Amino acid sequence: MAEEYAVKMVDITKTFGAVTANDRVHLELKKGEILSLLGENGSGKTTLMNMLSGIYFPDSGHIFVDGQEVTIASPHDAYTLGIGMVHQHFKLVDVLTAAENIELGLPGKLVVDKKAIAQRIREICDRYGFVVEPEKKVYDMSVSEKQTLEIVKALYRGANVLILDEPTAVLTPQETERLFAVMRNMKADGKSIIIITHKLHEVLEISDRVAVLRKGAYVGDMTTAGADTQTLSDMMVGRAVNLNIDRAAPENPVRRLELRHMTVKDADGVLRLDDINLDVNGGEILGVAGISGCGQKELLEAIAGLQDAEDGSSVKYFPQGPEGPAEELIGQNPRTIADMGIRLAFVPEDRLGMGLVGSMDLADNMMLKSYREGRGAFTDRKPPRRLAENVVEELEVVTPSISTPVRRLSGGNVQKVLVGREIAANPTVLLSAYAVRGLDINTSYTIYRLLNEQKKAGVAVLYVGEDLDVLLELCDRIAVLCGGRLSGILDARTATKEQVGFMMTNVAGTEREEGKA
Amino acid sequence: MKTSHEPLVHIAKRDGMAWWKGWLIRIAAALLALVVSALFIYSLTKMNPVKVYGAMWNGAFGTSKRTWVTLRDTMMLLCIGVGLAPAFKMRFWNIGAEGQVLVGGCATAAVMIYCPGLPTWVILLIGIVVSLIAGAVWGIIPAVFKARWNTNETLFTLMMNYIAIQLTCFLVAKWENPYGSNTVGIINQSTKAGWFPSLFGQQYGWNIVLVLAVTVAMYLYLKYSKHGYEIAVVGQSENTARYAGISVKRVIVRTMALSGAVCGMAGFVAVAGASHTISTSTAGGRGFTAIIVAWMAKFNTFVMILIALLLVFLEKGATQIASQFNLNDYASNVVMGIILFFLLGSEFFINYTVHFRRREKEAKA
Repeated sequence: MAEEYAVKMVDITKTFGAVTANDRVHLELKKGEILSLLGENGSGKTTLMNMLSGIYFPDSGHIFVDGQEVTIASPHDAYTLGIGMVHQHFKLVDVLTAAENIELGLPGKLVVDKKAIAQRIREICDRYGFVVEPEKKVYDMSVSEKQTLEIVKALYRGANVLILDEPTAVLTPQETERLFAVMRNMKADGKSIIIITHKLHEVLEISDRVAVLRKGAYVGDMTTAGADTQTLSDMMVGRAVNLNIDRAAPENPVRRLELRHMTVKDADGVLRLDDINLDVNGGEILGVAGISGCGQKELLEAIAGLQDAEDGSSVKYFPQGPEGPAEELIGQNPRTIADMGIRLAFVPEDRLGMGLVGSMDLADNMMLKSYREGRGAFTDRKPPRRLAENVVEELEVVTPSISTPVRRLSGGNVQKVLVGREIAANPTVLLSAYAVRGLDINTSYTIYRLLNEQKKAGVAVLYVGEDLDVLLELCDRIAVLCGGRLSGILDARTATKEQVGFMMTNVAGTEREEGKA
Repeated sequence: MKTSHEPLVHIAKRDGMAWWKGWLIRIAAALLALVVSALFIYSLTKMNPVKVYGAMWNGAFGTSKRTWVTLRDTMMLLCIGVGLAPAFKMRFWNIGAEGQVLVGGCATAAVMIYCPGLPTWVILLIGIVVSLIAGAVWGIIPAVFKARWNTNETLFTLMMNYIAIQLTCFLVAKWENPYGSNTVGIINQSTKAGWFPSLFGQQYGWNIVLVLAVTVAMYLYLKYSKHGYEIAVVGQSENTARYAGISVKRVIVRTMALSGAVCGMAGFVAVAGASHTISTSTAGGRGFTAIIVAWMAKFNTFVMILIALLLVFLEKGATQIASQFNLNDYASNVVMGIILFFLLGSEFFINYTVHFRRREKEAKA
């Protein structure tokens, strides 16, 4: 009798200390199907998949592969059973080539037959439509190329079941399409795929069936044919979710920032921003679109005083509109900017590496920018404590207490803490980089709501985003970056996704270099 | 059916254990260590382990003089550990305490040798200031290189030790007394100028007061001051520190100046408060032992008091049993090793739980 299920997980429980990450979870993956695993941040998706790929070992429960009960105690066991996982953070050796990364860790003879390996890699690529250059070093690769390499690596090791953990989070729309095409080819070849993603339209587009986890427990599954984004998000959150972003017309926007000839080079002398001219107004949300690594980070950090700009660059700040006096922000650092009385809030891309201190608790993180306040050599811990309590209550941060180190919180809650602190400072300018990256739908909409509230309060909001649908729905204007240059500014109410996508890859006739992302 | 390689033990991280449970585990580990050491002693020497332990206690606290020497050495170790705390909290691996202690000691000895006529309290005042400065300079040099050119502080501070040792050799030769002895001898032996006066009738009273005061101050500084907060942020992530408007370079230099200064003060205590001489063994490896003290206490200066006392107690006890029972040094080192092994090992059980899978399965069946 042919077994219908490639993988069956029964009653899987996994706890970390006092936290139950998975509570008697069931999951079934049919042969030759693409299954989406959906759930809010911290609902235990990645934990569950890590148990399938041998990174964690379940506290209790059973796993069946091809109808046989198995024990997966290590990634090696998983490979032996034909299970391969592509993690969110790639596990590649930078200084090795693609072929060496694929061969790494496999048993073999002392002398490696490079030709045979390259031949096998080529076979896999031809079969599914991948493009991999076996001799290319990983550090020369774009994010998308690295991901492709990870998938080929798994297939090379004989994976029949492939797990992809948020594969599209780092890809452009075009790259995502390419990934989906190879996923369909793999499915046609009889492989089974589990994909974790937060983007509901992707779930509907690529998968046959979707399984939903909520707070570590299995909620149910449904075929995608009968689902839409609303039913999916309701099922995931457990109650009806409002999926509309209301966008008010900007009320008398005033000029806040004026960027002129902004040019930034990185430590290696590579041009990151090339002569950017941009106006940012209070009372509106200005979106910044672009393929990742096209200068978004440098743009925000240069405004915030964290990045040196070349001579001739200028960022003027107008406390009372363009007629009033102006302050020059280039050449300042975050501290001097604050000393000038400019309330500049910044939600950086790297939340735990820049915006917060992971090992400190919520209360201590609240005073990161304000700890100097008050006389004397000692810090006053009462106001940050109160602020932390407010943020936890108002933004519904899920945390055992305000004395919990923030790195123990899930991604969405970390972001709420960060955004909560930045907004609490009553900013006049709010810079945000990928504010909803990796966040579930519910938390994302909370963030959009907060940004809209700031806009209504007259704050100049700069929103660097990657989801074009959201940029078009949330922002008033969109500035499109391409390779460090500004390819244009669009009215978000009339622009189309295709327009933005085109401008992301073209600056006034010049073609963007391939693979430079 | 089961595949063969079901793991027998299964280790999981614990999340927050009640503090008293943690201490119970530590005490249990200490008792277990004593039992194992007892078996070791008996199996090798056929001596009564209880007697041997009694001798260890005797070595450290047997007489009033021994007790005070134990306390004096504890304070010395504690002072260096406290000095290392801010640097380590900043993730600046200062392993140059040995050198910082030595230059502090040299500075103190210089004051005692060159100004023997001044009143003792003046000598002490000048001595403490110059030793603080000397230690701070020794700490600032690697810090500046780290801040400006990102040199590796571990190597740099380590090499600074050798410079300090050579400097001390040079000064010992210069101050040699009596001529040809290649030692400095007891400085101001007759006048006792620049020696710590006795406090409460105890020779080492001031050592204790001074070091405990620094211990408390450092605790408050690290935990509640704005500087302490900056140190914690810089230690966790320099990017976050820049984002918060903290000048990373300034914090590195300032913190290392403090770290070096406290270690330099330990040199002052060693010379003016204990040995009244200076030699390359004034630091005596305590700059390195203090690293263990600081780490085992997780940079909590109050816990350091206990750890420093334990290490000094073990050392004194080991010396005592070595001489009293004609065991060689290695035997006492083994006992010391067993005790440290168990204490450090207990941290594993405080942070992790171990499940035995087989038994759980049977219980369920």
